[in-house]
This record gives sequence, C-alpha cells and structure tokens, in this order.
Amino acid sequence: MIALGQFLEVLIGGLMSGVLYSLVALGFVLIFKASGVFNFAQGAMVLLAGLALVRALDLLMANGFPFWAAIVLGIGFGAAIMATTAWLIERFVIGPLVNQDALTLFMSTIGATFIIEGAAEMIFGSDVYPLRLFPTDAWFVLEGLFPGGILVNKLDVWGGVIAGTLVAGLAIFFQWTKIGRALRAVADDHLAAQSVGIPISRIWFVVWLVAGLVALVAAIVWGTKLGVQFSITFLALKALPVLIIGGLTSIPGAIAGGLIVGAGEKIAEVFLGPSIGGGIEYWFAYVLALAVLLVRPQGLFGERIIERI
Amino acid sequence: MLYREAGQLKTTYAEDMAVFPIRQDRIALAVLLGIAFIGVPLLATFHIWPFSSDYLLWAILLPFLVLALAAIGTNILVGYCGQISLGSGAFMAIGAYAAYKLGTGVHIPFAWLGFAISIPPLPVLVSILIGGLAAAGVGILFGIPSLRIKGLYLAVATLAAQFFFDWLFLRVPWFTNYAPSGSVNAPELIFFGLIVHTPIERYLLCLTFVAVIAALTKNLVRGNLGRQWMAIRDMDIAAELIGIRPLYAKLTAFAVSSFIVGVAGALWAFVYLGSWEPLAFSIDRSLQLLFMVIIGGLGSIMGSFVGAAFILSVPIMLNLIPTELGVPVSTETITHLEFIIFGSLICYLLIKEPRGFARLISIGKEKLRLWPFPY
Amino acid sequence: MRAPDSSEVLLDVERVSLAFGGVKALRGVSLNIRKGEIRAIIGPNGAGKTSMLNVINGFYHPDQGAITFKGRTRARMRPFESARGGIARTFQNVALFKGMSALDNIMAGRTLKMRRGLLWQMLRYGPAQAEEVEHRRRVEEIIDFLEIEAIRKVPVARLPYGLQKRVELGRALAMEPDLLLLDEPMAGMNLEEKEDMSRFIIDVNNHYGTTIALIEHDMAVVMDLSHRVAVLDHGLKIADGTPDEVKKDQAVIDAYLGVAH
Repeated sequence: MIALGQFLEVLIGGLMSGVLYSLVALGFVLIFKASGVFNFAQGAMVLLAGLALVRALDLLMANGFPFWAAIVLGIGFGAAIMATTAWLIERFVIGPLVNQDALTLFMSTIGATFIIEGAAEMIFGSDVYPLRLFPTDAWFVLEGLFPGGILVNKLDVWGGVIAGTLVAGLAIFFQWTKIGRALRAVADDHLAAQSVGIPISRIWFVVWLVAGLVALVAAIVWGTKLGVQFSITFLALKALPVLIIGGLTSIPGAIAGGLIVGAGEKIAEVFLGPSIGGGIEYWFAYVLALAVLLVRPQGLFGERIIERI
Repeated sequence: MLYREAGQLKTTYAEDMAVFPIRQDRIALAVLLGIAFIGVPLLATFHIWPFSSDYLLWAILLPFLVLALAAIGTNILVGYCGQISLGSGAFMAIGAYAAYKLGTGVHIPFAWLGFAISIPPLPVLVSILIGGLAAAGVGILFGIPSLRIKGLYLAVATLAAQFFFDWLFLRVPWFTNYAPSGSVNAPELIFFGLIVHTPIERYLLCLTFVAVIAALTKNLVRGNLGRQWMAIRDMDIAAELIGIRPLYAKLTAFAVSSFIVGVAGALWAFVYLGSWEPLAFSIDRSLQLLFMVIIGGLGSIMGSFVGAAFILSVPIMLNLIPTELGVPVSTETITHLEFIIFGSLICYLLIKEPRGFARLISIGKEKLRLWPFPY
Repeated sequence: MRAPDSSEVLLDVERVSLAFGGVKALRGVSLNIRKGEIRAIIGPNGAGKTSMLNVINGFYHPDQGAITFKGRTRARMRPFESARGGIARTFQNVALFKGMSALDNIMAGRTLKMRRGLLWQMLRYGPAQAEEVEHRRRVEEIIDFLEIEAIRKVPVARLPYGLQKRVELGRALAMEPDLLLLDEPMAGMNLEEKEDMSRFIIDVNNHYGTTIALIEHDMAVVMDLSHRVAVLDHGLKIADGTPDEVKKDQAVIDAYLGVAH
C-alpha cells in the first residue's frame, strides 16, 4: 500500500509538471500550425514575458499600488511587450523570409532567440525574480486511503486548470472563428491563402501575438514555480520531446505529450534512477521522443507527412 | 587589374577542376601558409608584436584553430549534407573522453565472464585519432534514424544525443577515471618522441592537424561524395532517383563529420584546455558551432574558418572597444550585447545572404576580377 | 516517325492499379514499351500519366499488377533500384539540385558509374582524380550535345527555365539509361525551345539508342516525335497505337473534348 501510495504521488507530481510543459509546448504548436515555422524562440519569449511582468509588478507594488491593480497592470504590460515583440519578429525576421524553406526559418528563430534573450536581460535585468501569484504550498489528499495522504502541490493544480482552460479556448479559436480558419489556411499553403485575400503579415502577427500571450501564461505559472530567471529558456528545450511525442500540429497532442513526458520522467527518475546513477530526468524525455520518432514519425496525434515531387 | 584570369588558360580537365584554379589565389594561399607555419612561430619566438606576450597565441589563435576544425566537421553535416545537428558538442566530448581513456589506459572488467579487457596507454596521436573514430561510430549510430526523420525532428534526435552524453560523462565515473571532482587532466603530449608544451608548439601541432584535415576534407567535398551530400541536401527524393543511396550518403556524412568534430574535441581538451570537465562540451558549444557554420557559410570549408574567426572575435571586440573608449561596461552587459549581435547577424545573413560570409567574400572576389571596372 | 527496328519489349506494365485514399489514379492499366522506340503517354489532366511514370520509377508501389523491365518482373521496386536497373527520369517541376552548378548536377548523374570509395576520394591524387577526369570527359560530351557549354559553371537556380530543363535532361543522360522517362519536357517552353528540345529527344533516341517514354500535352510534338502513343483517361487506357491511329480514335476525341461518360 505504501509503494502504491508513493507511486501515485510520483505519478501525480509527474502529470502535473507535465501539464506545465504542455503550457510551453502550446506556444510552439500554435506557431507551427499556423505558419509551418518551428519557433525555437518560444522559451526566450517565456523569459521575456516573465521578466516584463515581474519587473512591472515589483515597480508598481513599490510605488504603492494595491496587489490586484498591480497584477492587472503588470499582465497588461506583459501583453503589450509580447505584442510589440510579435510585430517586430513578423516585420524583421519572419516576414522577409516568407518564401524560404523550413530549415532557414527555423534557424532564423534561433537568431531571434538570442536577440530576445539578450535584449530582455539587458532591459529588465538578469537576476532571479520571485513571483507570488498563486499559493505554492502542498495539499494532502486521500488521507483516508493512504497513510499521510498523497502530496499534491497547489501550484500544479492551478497550472492544470489554467492549461485546461487555455487549451479549450485555443481549440475554439482555431475551429470556429474566422481568424482561426484563416490561420489554418495560411499554414496549409500561404501562397494560396494570399490569393484569396488573406493578409499574411497580419495573420502572422496575430499568430505570434497569441503565442506570446501563451508564453505569458506559461511565464506566470513557471515563474511562480521556479522564479523568473534565465534558466526558464531551457524549458523550450524540454518542450521539444513533448512536441515530438504529441505531434507538432496538435493542440491536444501537446497536452498528451506533456503528460507522458512529465509522468515518464518522474517515474523513471524515482524508480530507475538509483540503479543507473541518477539524473535520468536530464535525457529521458529525449530518448523517449527518439523512440516515438522511429516508430511513428508524426507523433501520436500529428498529421502524416506525405512527400511529393 | 591585379586579379585577372586572362592568360591563365587551362588545357586539361584536371586543371579546370583544381581547388584554386586562379594563379593569384594559389599565391595568396602560399603566402597564408607561409605566415601560418613560419611567420607566426618566428614572431612568437622573438616576442615581436603582435606576439609580444603569449596571449594572442594561446587565447586566440589556438582556440580559433581547434574550433575552426570543429566547424569544418559541423559544416559537412549541416552545410553540405543538410542534416541539422544540435549535438556537435556531444561529439567533441566523445572524441575527448575516448582519447582520454585510450591515452591513460583502458581497463574493462567483465567480472561475470571472468576476464578483463586491458589496453595499455596508447600514444597521444593514436588516442586522438581513435577518439575521432569512436565519435564517428556514435555518429553513424545517431545517423541511422536520419533516414526516417528529417529536418527538425532530426534536430531533436541530435539534442537527445547531446543531453545523453552530457549525462554519461558526468555520471559514469569510469570515463573520468573515478576522479572525485569530475574534471580530468590530459596526458602528456608526446608526438613521435617530442614533447609538445609551449604555446608555439601547441599552435604548430593544431595547425598541422587543421591543415591536413582541411585539405583532405576539401578533396572529399569536391569529389563524388561531396556531390552526393549536396544532392541529398537539395532534394533527397530526386537524389535517390539518380542512383544515390540516401543511407550511404547520410551515414558517411555523419561519420566524416563526427570524426572531425571528435578529433577537434580531443585537441580542444588535450592541447588547448589541458584539463576539462563535461561542461566544456555542452549545448552552448553545439550552438556556437552551428552559429559559426551559418555565419561563415554553409557548405564552404573557407566559411568554417571565417565563421570561427568571427564568433571568437566578437567577444574580444566587445571587451576591447569600451576599454579603449574609456567607457566601463559590465561583463553581464557584454554577454547580453554578444547575444544580441549574434542573433541579429544570423537573422540578417539568413535574409540577405544565406550562404554567409563565404559567399560575400566570393562576391567580393568576383567584383575584384572586374576592378577597376564596375561590370 | 519511322518505327524502330526491333520489336523486343523493354518494359511491360501489366494491369497496374493505384489508388490514393479514395482517388483511383490507375485502374488496371496495361501497356508496353518496345526497345528503341519513343512512346508517348497522353491524356487529359488527372488521367494518371504522372502516376504511371512514378510507378515505373518505383516511387509509388502499385496496389495490383506487376512491372517487367528487361525481363525481370517486380512487384515493388525502390527508386534506387530502378536507377540502377537503367531507368532515368525528368520531372514536371524541374528537380535539379539548386545548390550546385549545371556541371555538378550532371556529374551527380554519373554517381552509379563511379567506383572509387571514400578513402581514395579523400586523397584525390591517383585513382580518384583519374576517375573524376574520365567522367568529366563523358559529361562534357553530353554538355556539347545539349549545347549548354556556356552555362556549365552557373548555379542552376540562376538559369532560365528552358535551360534548367535541358540540364535536367543532361543529368538523366549521364546515367546512360536504357529507359528515359520524360515528364512534360516541353512544359512552359516557347516554340523555339520546343523545337530544340524535340531535336534533342530525337537525337538521344537515334544517337544513343535510348528508349524513351514521354508525357506531353502538345499534340503536334507527340504526333511528330513518337512511334506509338498510349492514351489514358481517368486512370484507364482508352487507346493504344501509332499516332495516326490514335488521332482518329473516337474515344480519344471524346475524352479531350470532355464528353461525359
């Protein structure tokens, strides 16, 4: 009973952190779904959003603004920064490269990553900034079934709720709104989309803006968990296996992939780790992704890639 | 007027296919090699400017040479064959640690089988080369999935390699000969009985490695294998239909690339660093190599050199210029500026000239051929 | 066009069917190609002509039916095997290697003929150099034949469309194929370019003796160039014979005029 209890605890902890990975992965899926570009800079965007938010928050609170007002204004400021970034990226990086192949666009996002990281830290500072928007203490559930109960982190629960809401909202956005349809058209064939009058640059601006807002949400959750700091950008690297496993074009896939990676990692670390030397978390997700790639290259929920001449 | 081909007629296909068909280029190369092999050591021995101190040699030329070599290796995979790799750092590590183990003696006990494999310490040159072969072997392994997975997905696979090997060399103490701190020292560098120790000697050693490997690589890329790589890069489906086997082309690209990167890793550890820990070969290194290749020029041997020189010189410029101007700038700001400059440059080059500085240089040469006429 | 001397069958396609999801690209099509002839495959858009070439090439695998080439019957063939077997191909949208020059593209076509391995190539001096020179000589013959000497060092991305198609033909010829598949070689060309290309195709057939199968929409070209014509419509073969026979066939006329059936 104790072993099952421990397993459940690890599992739930893993699933919860998986949801947090999904939050970051969602940003990638959005941009990829709508423009075919893999945005290496998503992690940097999370950092930028987090830094903007937390610095604004600190500044406002220091000047006597009440907590709730500061949060609202801070989030507004963060959103404004992400909108500006989206405009700049569309205008100066993605727009000029509109007809290039996917690899070139991917490399340009690597370039954008460095610009964003450098600029964000130069403007907003490079310390670790704690963020306190949610309760982060623990919660013990199922105390009747298991002695001591199962440890669940309140922050993780909040994260799950937020992610769920976001996914539902995005799914509705893509399926049922005019802009959502336009985004899907652009992703399929942007020349054809242009020829029916869809304004590509505006669409791409919207895409990057939405991805930026998703990054802001991810920053809020992760920033509370880890503090807003440079290492948040490495989340982007963690999101890659999530995307591979879930499929690059699928929003539910991002969630599923996140859950699998989160749970898989934690379970492997706790139960396999001690026999191999510990620290498995570092690479487990990637090897898992590699395995999935070999068996099902498009991921669990992704679309089959058909090659044509 | 200076740079004209007029009068240099080629009468055989062999002449036409030469690496440097224009005589002026050949002279330039001879001068460059002369400066590199003779001029620099001479100046350094007598401490004549700019070699008044060892700084230029040790902190700039040495890392430049080794990283240029690693960039050549990375360029083969990314630039010539079009397979994106975010794991070059890991392959440097494999080369370094394999060479380290071979240089300090390998002992693998197979307790459950009742015997042990024991290899005495090998000479440094052999260790480095076999280290490269080890990296090549692993490269082939990670190249096998490249048939089914392309582009971005392959990048993830290479990241898997990067993180896995980061962990392996950190957590499996056998690789560091059970050193408690996790960092290791290179064995003594003895080549053919000569001890390589001073900066000049190290410089000449690396220069030799780089010159030889660059020449052999240049031969490869202008031959049939190079064409196969580029065909796979440009349109792999069409390549298959003219008889190129994608498996062979991709695996050879991985093998050759990883070998060169592995040798560079061993040189980096043994000759430049002297003592190192796994962090020297992390994802930052992989990204740095990728940047060198993109900025210098994808699919260009010369570009690898240019890219390496550029990436290494920006931090130095950023340090020097504010000091010269008397404006104090913190190291943090310098790092941030580096990021911004590199990122902007990559984006700019990708937009304006995707073939990097090497292409800009060859455009310059084309203009030079017409100079002083505009067209 | 005068018929070729032999009536030996080089390629035999037997009742091949191919479907993509719900779309039936080919439905039980049988046709053969005789050695040394120029065989045209024509039909309205969507008839399945390119799919037929792709099946012959090994790019698509037929759901039913078999292909017999040079006496060997295969159900499934990989593109590499078709190349090695002696089939070369050009494409509707030119499939050249954009990062290389015209010369390098055509030299790439010699890959199957090159023997010297990695180590020799690294060394270059000696056997690899000799091999490179020898193949360069052959490729230059092709370059002369196609009259593209002036642009041999130009990166193909910079060449006009008509010249790109010629380079692609050169690359296919470099393979010294037994069977040459040409997918709309005249597409997008003006009258002069078409005359040049026609001349090259006829010369390839006469001079090298290469068997040619070509897909083409320009009727005048088809009638002048080919020995025999097969007509496809909606995945079915509706006519097969000499150009004159096919021209007069009612089913063919209906298909092109769009009579509902």
